[in-house]
Amino acid sequence: MSQVSNAPKVVPEPIESKVVAKGIKAWFGDNQVLKGIDMEIPQNEITAIIGPSGCGKSTFIRCINRMHELVDIARFEGELLLDGKNIYDNDVDPVLLRRRVGMVFQKPNPFPTMSIRDNVLAGLKMTGRLRKSEAGEILERSLRQAALWEEVKDRLGQPGGGLSGGQQQRLCIARSLAVEPDMLLMDEPCSALDPIATARIEDLLNDLREHYTIIIVTHNMQQATRVSDKTAFFLHGELVEFGATDTLFTHPSDSRTEDYITGKFG
Amino acid sequence: MPGSKKHTNREFEAALKVIRDKLVSMGEAVEEMIGTSVDSLLKADKELAKKTIARDHHVNRLEVDTDDLCLVLLAKRQPMASDLRFITLAMKMVTDLERIGDLAVNISERTLALDGFNAEIVGPILGRMAKINRSLIRDAIESFIEEDPIRAETVIKRDSEVDQLYLRACNEVRQRMKSEEAYLDHGIHLQAAAKFLERIGDHITNLAELVIFMVWGKDIRHLGSRGQTDC
Ligand SMILES: Nc1ncnc2c1ncn2[C@@H]1O[C@H](COP(=O)(O)OP(=O)(O)O)[C@@H](O)[C@H]1O
Ligand SMILES: [Mg+2]
Repeated sequence: MSQVSNAPKVVPEPIESKVVAKGIKAWFGDNQVLKGIDMEIPQNEITAIIGPSGCGKSTFIRCINRMHELVDIARFEGELLLDGKNIYDNDVDPVLLRRRVGMVFQKPNPFPTMSIRDNVLAGLKMTGRLRKSEAGEILERSLRQAALWEEVKDRLGQPGGGLSGGQQQRLCIARSLAVEPDMLLMDEPCSALDPIATARIEDLLNDLREHYTIIIVTHNMQQATRVSDKTAFFLHGELVEFGATDTLFTHPSDSRTEDYITGKFG
Repeated sequence: MPGSKKHTNREFEAALKVIRDKLVSMGEAVEEMIGTSVDSLLKADKELAKKTIARDHHVNRLEVDTDDLCLVLLAKRQPMASDLRFITLAMKMVTDLERIGDLAVNISERTLALDGFNAEIVGPILGRMAKINRSLIRDAIESFIEEDPIRAETVIKRDSEVDQLYLRACNEVRQRMKSEEAYLDHGIHLQAAAKFLERIGDHITNLAELVIFMVWGKDIRHLGSRGQTDC
C-alpha cells in the first residue's frame, strides 16, 4: 500500500447551503415586492439582510417559512430548497416546516399572562409533542441556549409579560429553540431593545451559530457587521449584492450598496 | 467625497471636507518645506533654515487636529465602505506627511550645522531630489483629491528616480571625502541630507499606496521590492 500517488485526492468539503432560493418572486395583490431573488444561504452561518424599508426583506424571510402565503392577497413563485428539498412541493406541510424554521419578530411577543415555563413549552404543547418527563430538561436547555436561564430560573412560574423587553425577546428565542428547529429567521429582533439588551442578543447569536443557521433582518448596519458572516443588500425587491460581511461593508462592489451604506443621495 | 453623490447628513459631509482640506494644506506645507530646506542648504541660508523649522509646528498642529477629527467621526458616524477607507487613510496620510515635515526640519538643521559651507558638487543632485520629491508629493495629493489611482501608481514608479539620485550623491560625497580630508565634516552632513531626501521619497510612496487602497480597496503595501536604499 505504498502507492501514495494513487491515493484518492482530498477535496475540501464545500460549505453546505442550508437554503437555496431560486428565482423567488412575491406579490401582494398587483404589487410585486420580490423580483426574482437567487441566493444560497450557508449552513451554520449568520446571514444578515439589509436594505431600505419596504425593499422586501421581511417578505423574503417570510417566504422561507411559508408565512407569506398566510396573507390573503399574497402570491409566490420560485423554488426554495431547504436542505435540498423544495419547501413549496405539495407534500410539504407548512405547519411542520414552520417548526423547523423558527421565527423571531421585531416586537417580543410572549404570551403575556402565561408563565415563563409555559411560554417556552408552548410550541411543543401545541403540537402535542411534549412528554412530561422531558419538559424540565427542554425548558432548561432552551432557556440556557437563549441565555436567559440564570435570570429566570427562580421564577419560572411567573408570567412572561413581567420580564423586561430584552428578556421577553430572549424568551421568544427560547420558545423557538424548544421545538429544536434547524434554522432561525429573525426580523429586526433588536429594534425594540435598549443597547444592553441588544448586546445580549448579539452575544447570544454568536453562540447559536454553532447549532443553527440564522438569517437576521436588521436596519442597523453596525449590527450586521457585528453579528453576521455574510450580508445581503436588498433594494426594490432585488438582491443587489451578497457577500462576506467584512468585504461588503469595507469594499462593496456595487455602487448602490456603497451609496446605501454610506448614507448618500443624489 | 468619493463619487459625485453627497451624504444625506450634511454635517458629516462637511466634516469629511474639512479633513480633506486639512490634508491638502498639510501636503502644501510640507511640499514647500522640502523646497525651502534644500534651498537653505544650497544657499547656506540660515534664516531660511530657521523659518522652515518654525513652519513644522504648523504641520504638527494640522496632524493632531486631523487625527482628532477622524477619531470623533469614527465614534460618531461609524462610517462604512469608502467613508471608512477615507478616514482611516487620512489618519495614516497625516502620519506620513508629518514625518516628511520632520525630515525637512532635519535637512534644515544640517544647514545650521554646515555653518556657511556651500554644498557645491552634490548641491545640484540634492536640488534635483528636492524638485522630484515636490512634484511627486503634489501628484500624490492630487491623486488623492481626484481619486486617481493611476496617477498614484506613477508616483510609486518615479520614487526610483529619487533613489538613483541618492546613490549618486553618496558616490560623489565619498569620492570627495577620499581625496580631501577637510571635506569629511561637510560630507557627512551632505550625505545625511541626501538620506533625508531619499526617506521623504519613501513617505511619498506610502501616500500614493494609501490612495490606491482608498480607491481600489486593494492593499499593495509590502508587495514591491522597495525597501532600504543604501549606499
Ligand atoms: N400584508 C401586506 N399586505 C400588502 N402589502 C404588504 C404587506 N406586507 C408588506 N407589504 C408591502 O410589501 C413591500 C415589502 O414589504 P416588506 O417585505 O415588509 O419590506 P421590508 O421588510 O424590507 O421593510 C412594501 O411595499 C409593503 O408595503
Ligand atoms: Mg421588515
